[in-house]
Amino acid sequence: MQLFLKVTLSLLEGLSTTLQIFGLTLLMALPLGLLISFGSMSKLKIVKYPIKTLIWIIRGTPLMLQLITFGLGPGLLGFKGVNLFYAVIVAFVLNYSCYFAEIFRGSIESIPKGQYEAGAVLGLTKRQVFFKIILMQVVKRIIAPMSNEFLTLVKDTSLANTIMIYEITWNAKRMMNSEHILWPLFYSGAFYLAFCGILTLIFGYIEKKLSYYKV
Amino acid sequence: MLEVKNLVKSFGKTEVLKGISFSIKKGDVLSIIGSSGGGKTTLLRCLNFLEFAESGTIAVNGNVIYDGKEKDKMSDQYIREMRLHFGLVFQSFNLFPQYTVLKNITLAPTLLKTDTPENIEKKALELIEKVGLSSKINNYPCELSGGQQQRVAIARALALNPEILCFDEPTSALDPELTGEVLKVIKQLADQDMTLVIVTHEMSFAKEVSDYIIFMDNGVIAEQGTPQEVFEHPKSERLHAFLQNYQS
Ligand SMILES: Nc1ncnc2c1ncn2[C@@H]1O[C@H](COP(=O)(O)OP(=O)(O)O)[C@@H](O)[C@H]1O
Ligand SMILES: [Mg+2]
Repeated sequence: MQLFLKVTLSLLEGLSTTLQIFGLTLLMALPLGLLISFGSMSKLKIVKYPIKTLIWIIRGTPLMLQLITFGLGPGLLGFKGVNLFYAVIVAFVLNYSCYFAEIFRGSIESIPKGQYEAGAVLGLTKRQVFFKIILMQVVKRIIAPMSNEFLTLVKDTSLANTIMIYEITWNAKRMMNSEHILWPLFYSGAFYLAFCGILTLIFGYIEKKLSYYKV
Repeated sequence: MLEVKNLVKSFGKTEVLKGISFSIKKGDVLSIIGSSGGGKTTLLRCLNFLEFAESGTIAVNGNVIYDGKEKDKMSDQYIREMRLHFGLVFQSFNLFPQYTVLKNITLAPTLLKTDTPENIEKKALELIEKVGLSSKINNYPCELSGGQQQRVAIARALALNPEILCFDEPTSALDPELTGEVLKVIKQLADQDMTLVIVTHEMSFAKEVSDYIIFMDNGVIAEQGTPQEVFEHPKSERLHAFLQNYQS
């Protein structure tokens, strides 16, 4: 019983770090993703192509590799004392904002041209058209792909354990090694399951809230 | 009241409008007929500032509001203001799916602050009644039939009091049994002396409501005249053949 309590506390500690990675990543990657998506749709070639290249590199290489790059790279290049947690956040934000950007771009481009034109012939400004007409339709279209990304992010946070961030998986492994038991591994799985379960419920609720219209 | 002179519009190397000129008086109903690809939609889009002709002019009430020579000098604000002379009803309705029927109609007047919120709503309700949809005020577009959606789109365009209302094949996307209800609403507007420009393939309807008919073919006005002249006594071979197609 005492062991169970000990493991639980340790995993809860890990959960707090996991939640921080999750929360901070979303907080920064969502707006940055929107910005990057605008960049990737820009008419200016010098904006569009560098951004497209960035998206290609980030989406085309493993997140693990990016974490190691940001985590260990600075040290090897002679910058001492880089905070590993910040390095993890930078890697996650960069990675996720590129995925988000593609989701935003996909849904913005899928809104029929007729919606913009209907707004335009009614004398609305481009800004009014985007915020009053297009945005809610985009929101509706990104719910499903976003819920996928959010769930993936929950599980991806566990990759941070490879560069010594004490999140859930790291703490589970530590308990397994120090106590010579297997079950903390499955126990940690239950944490992820519960987390994803809650997110699924929230997304289900939002989807239902928005089901009054079709786009 | 509307005078179009020598409108020329190209997409890349293809000239789609090759010098279109016509004029209509206040309260006139003009129908534009012609086979697909003739430039009818492009003409309406030029009137509504969705496309910009390279040359030619558009004048409303004697004022030139568009001149192809100065098309790059127009500010966004100027374009928005000039657009309001016209209204446009699309073939595919283009209602805003996330808003109710009422909100679809009040959205633009509210954002443009054309009147007080109470008056805007009052007028919207009147328009909804006029198009026969009073029972659907709080419904969303996805809950309406195509014919009903198109009638909302007409009310939406009317809410801004356009001087000239344009229709681009308003019934082409509808099941045949639904075209009648939309044509009835347009006929009603014609009877109330609204100035209308209608692109349509409904020949008997065009014949009935129009004061004037233009037959467009390959970017030019191939023939024009009263419904009588155009439908009963087509002069050109092209128009003759075109009308034959619609007989059956
Ligand atoms: N945005 C565009 N870009 C290139 N070509 C276009 C565009 N819009 C229309 N066209 C071409 O212009 C011609 C006239 O089109 P349109 O005005 O739609 O004719 P209609 O409405 O009479 O069928 C067609 O050949 C069409 O392919
Ligand atoms: Mg057309």
